[in-house]
Amino acid sequence: MAVAARSTQRTRWIRLQVFRYVTFAAAAVFFLVPIGAMVEFSTRANNGSRTLEYWRSIFDYPEMIAAIVASLQLAAITSVVMLVLLVPTMVWVRLKLPGLSRIVEFICLLPLTIPAIVLVVGLFPVYIWMGSNFSDSILTLSLAYVVLVLPYCYRALDAGLGAIDVKTLSEAARSLGASWFAVMWRIIVPNISNAILNATLLSVALVLGEFTIANNLLYANLQVELVHLGRANAGVSIAVAVASLLFAFVLLVILAFIGNRPRRVRPELATALAGPLAASQT
Amino acid sequence: MTAAGNPAVATSAGRPLAGGRRLSLDWLGAVPFLAYVGLFLLLPSAIVGFGAFFNADSTFTLENFGHLSRSYVVRATIDTTVISAVTALAGAALGALLAYAIVTGSPNGLLRRLVVSASGVLAQFGGVTLAFAFIASIGPAGFVYLFAQAHGLDYYAHGIWLFERSGLGLVYLYFQIPLMVLVFLPALDGIKPQWREATESLGGNTWHYWRHIAGPILFPSFLGAALLLFANAFSAYATAQALINQGQPMLSQQIAGALSSEVGAVEPGFAKAIAIEMIVIVTLVTVLYSLLQRRTSRWL
Repeated sequence: MAVAARSTQRTRWIRLQVFRYVTFAAAAVFFLVPIGAMVEFSTRANNGSRTLEYWRSIFDYPEMIAAIVASLQLAAITSVVMLVLLVPTMVWVRLKLPGLSRIVEFICLLPLTIPAIVLVVGLFPVYIWMGSNFSDSILTLSLAYVVLVLPYCYRALDAGLGAIDVKTLSEAARSLGASWFAVMWRIIVPNISNAILNATLLSVALVLGEFTIANNLLYANLQVELVHLGRANAGVSIAVAVASLLFAFVLLVILAFIGNRPRRVRPELATALAGPLAASQT
Repeated sequence: MTAAGNPAVATSAGRPLAGGRRLSLDWLGAVPFLAYVGLFLLLPSAIVGFGAFFNADSTFTLENFGHLSRSYVVRATIDTTVISAVTALAGAALGALLAYAIVTGSPNGLLRRLVVSASGVLAQFGGVTLAFAFIASIGPAGFVYLFAQAHGLDYYAHGIWLFERSGLGLVYLYFQIPLMVLVFLPALDGIKPQWREATESLGGNTWHYWRHIAGPILFPSFLGAALLLFANAFSAYATAQALINQGQPMLSQQIAGALSSEVGAVEPGFAKAIAIEMIVIVTLVTVLYSLLQRRTSRWL
């Protein structure tokens, strides 16, 4: 009887392990082959050997270089504007306007529920007006991108601010004579530096991958230029895509190392993760 | 001490002067933020919301919504719904299998951590690069196709389906499955091994366990996750645009088409009407999702 039960247990365990490893292997093939294929494609020579020709000729396409530079500038500007806008406001709301915190949270998470393509429709007249009255530079895109990264940066910064006692820290600093600027710059910022780095990396990754808004407002950022070039020279275009992917991957690895504290995976996370797809990438 | 004390004295001396207006001055701190989101988030939303009800001459009209009955918009709505539903169900089913494979392993094992972080990255992976990855692998010049063709399997014999709806669905699975893993894993973690032992001590077999215990408990969570995946695919644009450049099968592409229009007249009012159609559908699905999540939390 006991032997029979043990052997049923044993068969079940074997069956489970077979199921697990078949599943993992299938997933690995489905998810790794396309990425490996990009590397393969971008190093392919006509005679079947390997070459870095496509990678070298990235520099022969000035539009592509311009687009890469523009996207990097957009990432930098977006991160700075986001931090300057969000950090003082969130601290101020925690200290002085607790009644406003629900509203600020709602506004910050709102872009998650609005597909990027819908946002573009509303931004279109705003950008036409800005183009004729202020500037039609591609860098104005960063103003819209700040909205796009708002939910992710809000969550990152909110977690950081939640982990410290903002009120006590700033009251202590104020009572010792610090100005509000000193409180912000010398007390709050160093205490939430991880959250700030987190938010910055997230916004850089999102901006570098953004296609929807730029394409429909007729600006050639990195992703838009990738599609353009892809129609003329797929090899070079895929080489640039691999490079940008590697860059984003490095950012995300850094992110994973920063987030060394255990994270709760809860349904809210689902919305947070669904967001980038809806908001910018897909 | 005195040097540090002076500003504090100055501030506390200044405060009573502000008196009753202190509250209104505090509000100023939130003004830059509110002005910014007002201009770049709330104003665009309002432009979409109200603009859909006006024509080019700024007179009130419902004709923008009337245009939604145009055959190509109806077609795009159906296509988008079908692609989103199919990728949501397939992604949910495959993602659930993968999540189950993770959950049955060691809870702190290397494999679990690896798959979960990879899912976090891949669920965010989309757009142009994703389309390129599939073109480079199974596309007409990709090594998978060349290999299959050389071995007598020409899977494009009846047309290059990668650049059509079925291809788009396959590509969408690439981010739908990891998203499902992330969303569904907490639900699976909530399943207690004692429930299985209890089933067995009462004489139930594996089928009974899944049919009467685990299945009913996990079902709302599964359905909720599938709805989330649906909304995710429904509002996607970049992947479709990068993969399919002939015809505009997705609703998001129709919005872009009406906005800038390479094929006909620019119809901003019409673009707003389609945008509202999309918002309504996505919102409905999201509300259903949160209702199901609430039901799930009763057990898990």
